[in-house]
Amino acid sequence: MNRLARLAISDEGFIFDPETGNSYTTNSTGVFILNLLKSGADEDEIVKALVEEYGVDEEEARRDLYDFLEQLRVYRLID
Amino acid sequence: MAKRYEKPVIHRLQMGMMNKFGFASPFGARVRKHIDGVAIDELVERFGSPLFVFSERRLRQKFREVKNAFTLRYPNVEFSWSYKTNYLDAIAAILHDEGATAEVVSEFEYEKARRLGVPGEQIIYNGPYKPIDSLRVAVKEGARINIDTFEEIADLEQVADELGIRPKVAIRVNMDTGIHPRWSRFGFNYENGQAWDAVKRIAMGGKLDLVGLHCHMGTFILKPEAYEIEVKKLVDLAYRIEDEYDFKIEYIDVGGGFPSRNRLKGIYLPPDVAVPPIDEYAERITTALLSSLRPGDYPKLILESGRAIVDESGFLITTVHASKRLPDGRRGYVLDAGVNILFTAFWYHFNVEIDREVQGAAEPCILYGPLCMNIDVVDDRAYLPPLPRGTRLILSPVGAYNVTQWMQFIRYRPAVVLVGEDGKVELIREAESLEDIVRRERLPERLKLKG
Repeated sequence: MNRLARLAISDEGFIFDPETGNSYTTNSTGVFILNLLKSGADEDEIVKALVEEYGVDEEEARRDLYDFLEQLRVYRLID
Repeated sequence: MAKRYEKPVIHRLQMGMMNKFGFASPFGARVRKHIDGVAIDELVERFGSPLFVFSERRLRQKFREVKNAFTLRYPNVEFSWSYKTNYLDAIAAILHDEGATAEVVSEFEYEKARRLGVPGEQIIYNGPYKPIDSLRVAVKEGARINIDTFEEIADLEQVADELGIRPKVAIRVNMDTGIHPRWSRFGFNYENGQAWDAVKRIAMGGKLDLVGLHCHMGTFILKPEAYEIEVKKLVDLAYRIEDEYDFKIEYIDVGGGFPSRNRLKGIYLPPDVAVPPIDEYAERITTALLSSLRPGDYPKLILESGRAIVDESGFLITTVHASKRLPDGRRGYVLDAGVNILFTAFWYHFNVEIDREVQGAAEPCILYGPLCMNIDVVDDRAYLPPLPRGTRLILSPVGAYNVTQWMQFIRYRPAVVLVGEDGKVELIREAESLEDIVRRERLPERLKLKG
């Protein structure tokens, strides 16, 4: 997760990686998850936080979290 | 109160990757909640998913638009409905009601048209393979036959002898009109003299009455000027025939091949730009006719337009069953409809609409069908926001060729409904069941599983 620590993430979802020079955009849910990941939360904690924050059901939250983590892996932002 | 939930997505920003042609709107997919006033939800609730939906209003409107384009420019026009494009009873019946005759290419299609109540003389019989039994029926019932081969000339002479009838026939001609691919496998070639040989052969036999010329250049032809060349060559040939032999060419059948507003793969401009309006085809064809015909001579102009008339009246409703992230980062969706019922997915990128507002930025994705086959890709270049399971996609135009070329492969074929002009929905083909498929199978007694 150490690559996440170096990312500059704005509240609006603009992300800059000073190491590679790449920029990304994400939506508010993405910002919410990224901040939790940076603080060291694990998958279960993030799912629980999504359910509490957005009122989404747990199954969907978990499914979407997996999908988001797969996207981060594609961009090599996490291992 | 909980915040509004959006599925989490992240995109890398890339400079210099402009989307020049605008096919992939970053503002997301268009939402369609109704087809001709009938809610998508209601249609699926009543008839299931996937579901083909035809709009009677759109079909009639398009037919009249195409028909008017020609009848306003030329005094003697016949539209013959291309059965192979869509031979569902209800669709063919609407077009016959609008005044179209029937253009068939097999004994099956011939029988289907007759069963609907189309008289023989209202049928044009085309195709490279016409079994002699079917020629007997066609000649007896006065159908117009467009001859494809020298063998067929001989077959028809035999039928003429047997029945004591002098059949009215036409020859199909293929030619160079400047387009590619050139369809040279049907009929007799114009440039190498084969067409003229066929005329001589018919005249020599003395048993057939040559009354027409037919040419169908190809399909999805985006160059209206090709038809101009076609018509001029046909008129030329017609007068050569009339001048040398005792035949009167009563009709010139230019076939079909007009495109619909579908996005052909490999053509990057949107159909609104790439596909010329039907008026341009009509103008080219009728101007070529009027400028090359002799004064007072107006042979019948026959058009066998199929796709251009029916494609845009057909929709397919399909449902998102699952989604997955592909190793390259793209999203893939598994739909309940695939290439088994969407043959034209091999040629087109359909319009993809969704049945509800979905939050989130659009991303490139692949639409997979339900078949356990790698080729089952409905669209490899869709651009959609993250869709929850159960979202309905509405694909169009799918009215041409799909409900004739669909396969009973792995899955049952779905129901087809018609939304009438009054907004009433009628079932025009039931969904298949196991009984439909096994009805013709026979299991030898000795192979039956012992219970």
